[in-house]
Amino acid sequence: MVGVANVSRIEQQSTLHGTEELVINMGPQHPSTHGVLRVILKLDGETVNDLDCDIGYLHRGTEKIGENINYTMFIPYTDRLDYIAAPSNNLAWVTAVEKFFDWEIPMRAQYIRSMVGELSRIASHLLWLATHALDIGAMTVFLWCFREREMVLDLFETAFGGRLTVNAFRLGGLHEDVPDKFLQLTQEFADIFPSRVDDYETLLTNNRIWLQRTRDVGIISAEDAMDLGLTGPIIRGSGVKWDLRRAKPYAAYPYLDFVVPIGENGDIYDRYLVRIEELRQSIYIIQQCLEQLPGGPVSCKTPRTIKPPEGEIYHSIENPKGEFGFYIVSDGTTTPYRVRIRPPSFINLGGLKKLCVGQLVADVVAIIGSIDIVLGECDR
Amino acid sequence: MPDEVVENSEETNGAPDSEESAEEIAEAVKTPPGEDLKEVVESAFPGAVLEQSAYEDDEDEATFVLDVDSIVAVCTHLRDHGDALFKLLTDLTAAHYPEAEDPFEMLYHLYSFEHNRRLRLKVRIKEGRAVPTVSGVWTSADWMEREVYDLFGIEFEGHPDLRRILLPDNWGSHPMRKDYPLEGRGERIYTKPKRKEIGE
Repeated sequence: MVGVANVSRIEQQSTLHGTEELVINMGPQHPSTHGVLRVILKLDGETVNDLDCDIGYLHRGTEKIGENINYTMFIPYTDRLDYIAAPSNNLAWVTAVEKFFDWEIPMRAQYIRSMVGELSRIASHLLWLATHALDIGAMTVFLWCFREREMVLDLFETAFGGRLTVNAFRLGGLHEDVPDKFLQLTQEFADIFPSRVDDYETLLTNNRIWLQRTRDVGIISAEDAMDLGLTGPIIRGSGVKWDLRRAKPYAAYPYLDFVVPIGENGDIYDRYLVRIEELRQSIYIIQQCLEQLPGGPVSCKTPRTIKPPEGEIYHSIENPKGEFGFYIVSDGTTTPYRVRIRPPSFINLGGLKKLCVGQLVADVVAIIGSIDIVLGECDR
Repeated sequence: MPDEVVENSEETNGAPDSEESAEEIAEAVKTPPGEDLKEVVESAFPGAVLEQSAYEDDEDEATFVLDVDSIVAVCTHLRDHGDALFKLLTDLTAAHYPEAEDPFEMLYHLYSFEHNRRLRLKVRIKEGRAVPTVSGVWTSADWMEREVYDLFGIEFEGHPDLRRILLPDNWGSHPMRKDYPLEGRGERIYTKPKRKEIGE
């Protein structure tokens, strides 16, 4: 009899303190959403049952603008997509348009493109590490990373005059040769940066709190990652050894040696290790570029008006965030007929639901950080 | 840390091999790009490939034009067939050609990790014709189809969650269509709320 009474009391309690799904709103001004991303979470206690992303706050119609201006004029607009790594976007656009032509881009320009592309990868990964660690509660890493990111931005300023939106490359090569000071400062940066990466690792890699927050959280298998279209460090964190710099080499990458790091479990910690190793590999590539940098012109002879022949091409490069590509339809005039940006952040963010469902609400912040999104490119 | 890093060997990652690329060029002269993939498709769906093209005979620009009704079956076949294995839907988008008989063109960019190659599929449709969704083949198509629906107004049959994604729900028009002006049509959904000023 006692047992029955107990059961009925529990039942009574559960109706009194009934559990129901709680819908909470995260963003768009939440600092850990890395921009204007709004996530609507459906929670059962602390577990995420479902989520929905509300994006588009930064939609500026970049593709539409691209269809109304000429090929050269679109280069500065690409700066504003992934503004954390602007030279990478420039590189994607100029290599895509150059695919229409059989120009021979001078090797000096190709090497400088690779070098600046790797510097932008460092700038992007440093901002990712800074904010990701800050989300999880490590303040020092934030300050240290921004100290080094400042150095990279100074390098951009020396070479191209701009810091954030650099407008680095031109169709056919570079606008003008980089100053000697840029090469000298890059050498100095390449000499000190590896020890700085060691410093970040002493703070995080074996840190017990960091391990608890990142190990076995937000796991994605290689098959699921392919199905969700995830690219970049996320799919490499899941163990797929695929890097467009190797698979479809562009710029000077065919002549450069580097390792494509991969993870094993596909959790946040593996993505962290992959990006940390990419920082080291980027420095290794920059050192090779500085050693092998050939002399000569930095631009081939290009016509005054860029008029690609009729046709359509798709070309993509390995951005710090993933595969960043352009699909361009040319109708033989000076303006493209259709410009499509293949945005890595947008498609990687589409996998957020799969990564978060079943996880705790506090981990959503860590998972968003580990995807590494930039809303400027996500919303275009 | 060194355990996670595996030395990148050339043959697994498709690094340029002079002998191989020379052979590939010789093959490309003989057969148009994507001929082997066409055979893969035609073996299961005879007559499915309506047109075949490639920009400057570039193997990566191989393009097939398909019929709208066969798109899901062909995509599933290309994903699973051992000679294709297009497991990654790189990109899904559309283009608008108002002068053409079928004004909308759906574009599917596929990538195969195993064979390191790309393929572009095209479907041409009339205004108002719904396209079967490929979100059952690749989950990544979910958001990309929502974007096409948002910016082009193309509907997708069987899509699990067809809502606008970039623009507000009540925007009303589809800006990536060619008849839409660059400056917009004056849709401004934001009106400044009447706020009581301090001391008013």
